[in-house]
Amino acid sequence: MTTTMSLAQTQQELIDEFALFSDWQDRYEHLIELGRDLPLIAPEHKTDDNLVRGCQSRVWLHAEPKNDLVHFTADSDAMITKGIVALLVRVFNDRTPQEILGASTDFIDTIGLRAHLSPNRANGLSAMIDQMKRYALAFSADANKE
Amino acid sequence: MKPEVLKPVFDVQEIRAQFPILKELVHGKPLVYFDNAATSQKPRRVIKAESAYYATINSNVHRGVHTLSTKATEAQEAARETIRRHINARHAHEVIFTSGTTGSLNLAAFSLGQLLLKQGDEVLISGMEHHANIVPWQMVCERHGAQLKVIPITDSGEWDLAQVPFSDKTRVLAVSHVSNTLGTINPVKELIAEAKKRGIITVLDGAQAIAHLDVDVQDLGCDLYAFSGHKAYGPTGTGVLYGREELLERMPPWQGGGEMIDTVTFEKTTYAKLPFKFEAGTPHIAGIIGLGEAIRWMEDYDKPAMAKHEHELLEHASNQLLDIDGLRIIGSAKEKVGVISFVIEGVHHYDLGTLLDQQGIAVRTGHHCTQPLMERFGVTGTTRASFACFNTMEEVDAMVAATKKAVKMLR
Repeated sequence: MTTTMSLAQTQQELIDEFALFSDWQDRYEHLIELGRDLPLIAPEHKTDDNLVRGCQSRVWLHAEPKNDLVHFTADSDAMITKGIVALLVRVFNDRTPQEILGASTDFIDTIGLRAHLSPNRANGLSAMIDQMKRYALAFSADANKE
Repeated sequence: MKPEVLKPVFDVQEIRAQFPILKELVHGKPLVYFDNAATSQKPRRVIKAESAYYATINSNVHRGVHTLSTKATEAQEAARETIRRHINARHAHEVIFTSGTTGSLNLAAFSLGQLLLKQGDEVLISGMEHHANIVPWQMVCERHGAQLKVIPITDSGEWDLAQVPFSDKTRVLAVSHVSNTLGTINPVKELIAEAKKRGIITVLDGAQAIAHLDVDVQDLGCDLYAFSGHKAYGPTGTGVLYGREELLERMPPWQGGGEMIDTVTFEKTTYAKLPFKFEAGTPHIAGIIGLGEAIRWMEDYDKPAMAKHEHELLEHASNQLLDIDGLRIIGSAKEKVGVISFVIEGVHHYDLGTLLDQQGIAVRTGHHCTQPLMERFGVTGTTRASFACFNTMEEVDAMVAATKKAVKMLR
């Protein structure tokens, strides 16, 4: 399971997965499939406050601390966007704030995803990563206070 | 009437050959460009005219006594005359060059606001306006204490003419000739006639009309008419505000600067005559020359024949798309240009746009800068295909097949 893998290993796993697909259709179908497995945000957290700014389709992202780790749930009204969030959640979910803050996001380029995204969507992707890192930062600050 | 000239028979392949960009591949597939309502592609003649200006006569207009300045001025003023003729304005100085429809509408709103709007007055727009014909009026209404009133839209995407909120406080009517989102050709003549009886100043947003309809400003009877060059096969950054001479004379200038003055002292400035009063600063000379060429190009290739071809594409696309389960076309007006906006049950327009792009097909997705209209139809956005004279039936078929493929992937 991913929980036993390091963040870098999960990234590598995704790179290997996407390397299997030679054409756009398979790649997108896989992305859409990933979206279907996304840990869904609880209805009470699907609020305007949790909308990620900078996305053209609507993306909700919620995080809560769970045993020193950051636990993410999310949703989107668009399938491809949901797949992209799911990718990020798979990499960042149930990690320590330090791991998340220190993580590189090169895997997105390696997968070839960014090249396929419109500038709007690439901005949305950056906005999602920023939001996840902000949550991690907030939780690490809280932990330091205690 | 324009003099009878021999037009070439409309041949879409011959037209296509004039658009260099149509040879481009997108994701390795031939480009199918269906985003003409956002901006149309440019024929070689327009690209050449613009670059020839820079290569041979680049110089500032109306300022120098030297040869190049004279040539540049003549070329720009020839474009003004071409546009005057094309829209049948009485005088070339009724044609003001702007940066685009948005620039034209801002000029109209700010200047008319200063000229006529007082506390309690009303500006009337319609529920299908582009944000560029909403926001400037909202801004001037706020400034002058006036109110914005809105003509409601029917389920078919037309003005509800039984519910036009004219009142004795209405000072300005500002509406679109053609809807950018729905393609509806609005009964503007009828509404303008009614507005004129009431002494209301009329402004038309012609951004989506100029490339597809014969626009005759005298026949329409409007006071002001705004359009962009880039939606009519011309360069980006060009636009026109046509205005009736008597009204333009009364309207105060909007932007100050060079070229728009007569004399300047620190105590008082007097303004230049029309059209220069409204053309502060160095205009987009190359673009304006390109726009003149675009208009001549459309005239040479027979605008009504282009419109007929686009209508056939629209009919074909509508019939084919309706085959798709759960697809709903937004906007079923009787009179439409080649614009088709649709939603598909269970499919987000943004996903569809992405998957069409992967197949080389360029459409617009989202709210099309008409958020109030989206709300009227209870959708967050649509997918919009908009046709130009160079599009083909085969391209429509490719879009329909690509849409079916995308829907299968997304459901």
